[in-house]
Amino acid sequence: MTAPWWTALAVLPSLLLSPLLLGVIGKTKALVAGRKGAPLLQPYLDLIRLLGKGAVYSRTSTWVFRAAPAVSLAAILLAGFMLPAGPLSPPLAFPGDLVLFAYLLALSRFAVIAGAMDTGSAFEGMGASREAAFSAFAEPAFFLVLGVLAWEEKSLSLGVILGGADVLSWSAQIPPLALAAAALFLILLAENSRIPVDDPATHLELTMIHEVMVLDHSGPDLAFILYGSALKLWLFSAVLVSMLMPAGGPPWASMALFLGGMAGVAVLVGLVESVMARLRLVRVPQLLGLAAVLAGLAALLLMAGGAP
Amino acid sequence: MNGAALALAAPASLLLGALLSLACGRRSGAAAWVALVAASFAAVAGITSAMAVLSSGATWSLTSAWSLPWATFSVGMDGLSAYFLAFILALAVPAAAYGKGYLAHEGGSVWTSASWAFFQLLVASMAVVVLARDGVLFLMAWEGMSVASFFLVIHDHRRREVRSDALVYLVATHLGAAALMAMFGLWGRGAGSLAFAALQGAPLSRTVAWVLFLLALAGFGSKAGLAPFHVWLPKAHPAAPSHVSALMSGVMIKMGIYGLMRFILLAGVPPAGWGYALLGMGALSAVGGVLYALAQHDLKRLLAYHSVENVGIITMGLGAGLLARTAGMETVALAALCGALLHVLNHGLFKSLLFYSGGAAAQAAGTRDMERLGGLLRRMPVTGAAFLAGAAAICALPPFNGFVSEWLIYSGLFGGALRGAGTVSAVLFVTLPVLALVGGLALACFAKASGVVFLGEPRSEEAARCKEVSPWMTVPMAATALACAFVGLAAPWAVRLVAPAARALAGLSGAAAWGSPVGTGALSAVVIAGWMLVILMGVLLGLRRLLLRGKAVSEAPTWGCGYAAPTARMQYTASSFAQPLLAPLARLMRPSLRKKRPKGIFPERASFSSHYDDPADGRIFDPSVRLLERLAGALRPLQQGRLQVYLLYVLLTLVALLAWEVLT
Repeated sequence: MTAPWWTALAVLPSLLLSPLLLGVIGKTKALVAGRKGAPLLQPYLDLIRLLGKGAVYSRTSTWVFRAAPAVSLAAILLAGFMLPAGPLSPPLAFPGDLVLFAYLLALSRFAVIAGAMDTGSAFEGMGASREAAFSAFAEPAFFLVLGVLAWEEKSLSLGVILGGADVLSWSAQIPPLALAAAALFLILLAENSRIPVDDPATHLELTMIHEVMVLDHSGPDLAFILYGSALKLWLFSAVLVSMLMPAGGPPWASMALFLGGMAGVAVLVGLVESVMARLRLVRVPQLLGLAAVLAGLAALLLMAGGAP
Repeated sequence: MNGAALALAAPASLLLGALLSLACGRRSGAAAWVALVAASFAAVAGITSAMAVLSSGATWSLTSAWSLPWATFSVGMDGLSAYFLAFILALAVPAAAYGKGYLAHEGGSVWTSASWAFFQLLVASMAVVVLARDGVLFLMAWEGMSVASFFLVIHDHRRREVRSDALVYLVATHLGAAALMAMFGLWGRGAGSLAFAALQGAPLSRTVAWVLFLLALAGFGSKAGLAPFHVWLPKAHPAAPSHVSALMSGVMIKMGIYGLMRFILLAGVPPAGWGYALLGMGALSAVGGVLYALAQHDLKRLLAYHSVENVGIITMGLGAGLLARTAGMETVALAALCGALLHVLNHGLFKSLLFYSGGAAAQAAGTRDMERLGGLLRRMPVTGAAFLAGAAAICALPPFNGFVSEWLIYSGLFGGALRGAGTVSAVLFVTLPVLALVGGLALACFAKASGVVFLGEPRSEEAARCKEVSPWMTVPMAATALACAFVGLAAPWAVRLVAPAARALAGLSGAAAWGSPVGTGALSAVVIAGWMLVILMGVLLGLRRLLLRGKAVSEAPTWGCGYAAPTARMQYTASSFAQPLLAPLARLMRPSLRKKRPKGIFPERASFSSHYDDPADGRIFDPSVRLLERLAGALRPLQQGRLQVYLLYVLLTLVALLAWEVLT
């Protein structure tokens, strides 16, 4: 906890680069489909344009709707304080911070859902209901993954768990690690409303989950929401990359590896979106159940293998 | 001695207040004032004495002879009693103030004044329950608590369903009390006395200890509302007036938790099996409670099921703590036990808050049916904001208090899973995703409750006409909401209140170090993170205001995707909100669905409704009551209704007693 102030720099990559992840995903999809696609920096341009606009509010809505985007973004920002970025250790680290990480994401979700319900729109209620349901089903799987990682590193702090893995101890545990990573990737897709759970590019509100919840937001509020989603995608990708990345080596190499890994995750998400259709909504709980089973298997393997 | 006098002044003043309230007769307003003054006086006296014990660590006990057979008048205070006493009395004051506003519309009646007398009797008997150091005194206070709360539940006795729900409560609470009497009887027979000091020293064989534990689990578990003994809870709490619901759901059911903890302190070193049993039962209650809460359309019944869930979480913490204790992991045990104990206070705070605000909404709209509510935040701004704060707190969202206690329990589970070995470690590991699932479902449930009731458009005329309630009701809401935030943002202080009790339950004497993985350092880090969150929110809201300055900000109808004539009935309902969560579990929960599908080219009417029956109701409680009825029916032939036969019974009894006296 008593980290010097400059460790706060560790959040800079996430703050600056997270919209780029969306750009990479979009570009990947365009290239696979044989299109030229929007420029890589398009998400930044969208954000800047939205920040400069006014806003239109529904007559039904109250202060809840107006406060929701800021509350949601604040929670995600704080969650980012607990993740390492390559060689940089996180500014906020204490034993048990992984629980805070998960519940901050829950707070952000609660705020967006409350904002959606505040409009009194049938569509947004539908999206809110789906988001609440699928996140609830994803929660056990996420905690199983966290449990596996904590078990492996014998620590309850994300900074230690994700930053301190040395490649030798990991190599002995490749099967559980791979299973946990696969589970986390499925959770990443579900929590960030990507195909096969949700399609951010769809144009039919009835089939949307996350996008339909934010239909009524506009201007800076929408910018907060979009930036928050980009950050959330960054956070999940960072957990995935950091858990697989070996520690040590010169800082610049570690940083390059980290950023390369992040780009790799974005490309992977783009590829999944290019080759898959979305699942029927009733199948989504099964997908999340699969994630829980994978993580559970990883835990079993770890326990059966004994503590290293 | 001074402490004892202060502590006993609390129940004494409440009992005096109860008599005064009764004497008020038809002037119920005066009776309410009496209750408020008595509760405040009791709170000042009781909390002062409790704080003295908590801060100095000096416990006291007081014993004097009593005219009852096998009993001594024995009271005392240790860390556990002090914490619970302060908790009970602190929450009784806002409940009394809120109740004064809530019952104001009833005007003056003897029945309302009597209700105030029972209110004070309930608080007084709870205070005696936690102070008692003798089995007989304990059971008497326990019974006083049950009877007083029964009369409070049956307040609206003109409604049929209230009478039947109250009756279920009376039966359930006495089944529990019977288990407790059996427990004290069996225990006291071995110990030779019912005084707690004697019980504590009594050597117990393995089997007897287990029988006592199971009896305690049934007796205290049914008061706490642990599944499957919770049947009375979702019936009794909605039936009661809201200040009583708050007091029962927030405070009274915790007496079951207190009983379990006191039992563990008295019964000596707990075997690992008790930890597993508590953990399992807690998990069942937590998951079952939140699932059935999701399925409810009745706002107060939904809140009642959440009490089942939260008592389950507390019991999980208790079980994990005991397991860690048997495995020799002191710090882990301390974390889980502190979490369980702190969750008692936290749940008391946010559940009171939710019942105050939910009850105010239901009273203003004249219905508890969520499908007829909506848009109340605009019409009742304080009530709505209070409910949202309570919802965030009960979902364990930072920076509110619920997060701190659940974080402690999580730390216990994670810590035990990581440091333990073998079965303990594996079981605690498996509990992690269970608690996570409960958290996710609770969030969905409160997103539904706050969204459907307070946000959006009103779904009925009554909801549209709602007005904010009186300051008698809004001030207690604001106070408890602030308390929720305070405990969340001043957690190390709150943990100091529970630390003595947690140390005793963990089997530690004296000052124990709070090392890693859950050091006090980590706890203050949680608090710092909470403040950072508050600051970040403030900064972002300010930034938003700055960005919107001078820009065009306008209002328009909600975007209906091109549809121009939306009505309030098109909003997502409570049932539809819960559908994606409950549909995959249909095989488990067996909903009864009534559908009337639209037919033909020009369909006229179509309807859909879903209803979820609690399996504990239909498969456990009802059959056992029927069995009881059959057994009682077997005694029917004795009841002839003829005077001669009854005289014969008297004669036979006399002869039998004489024979007994002569023969022995």
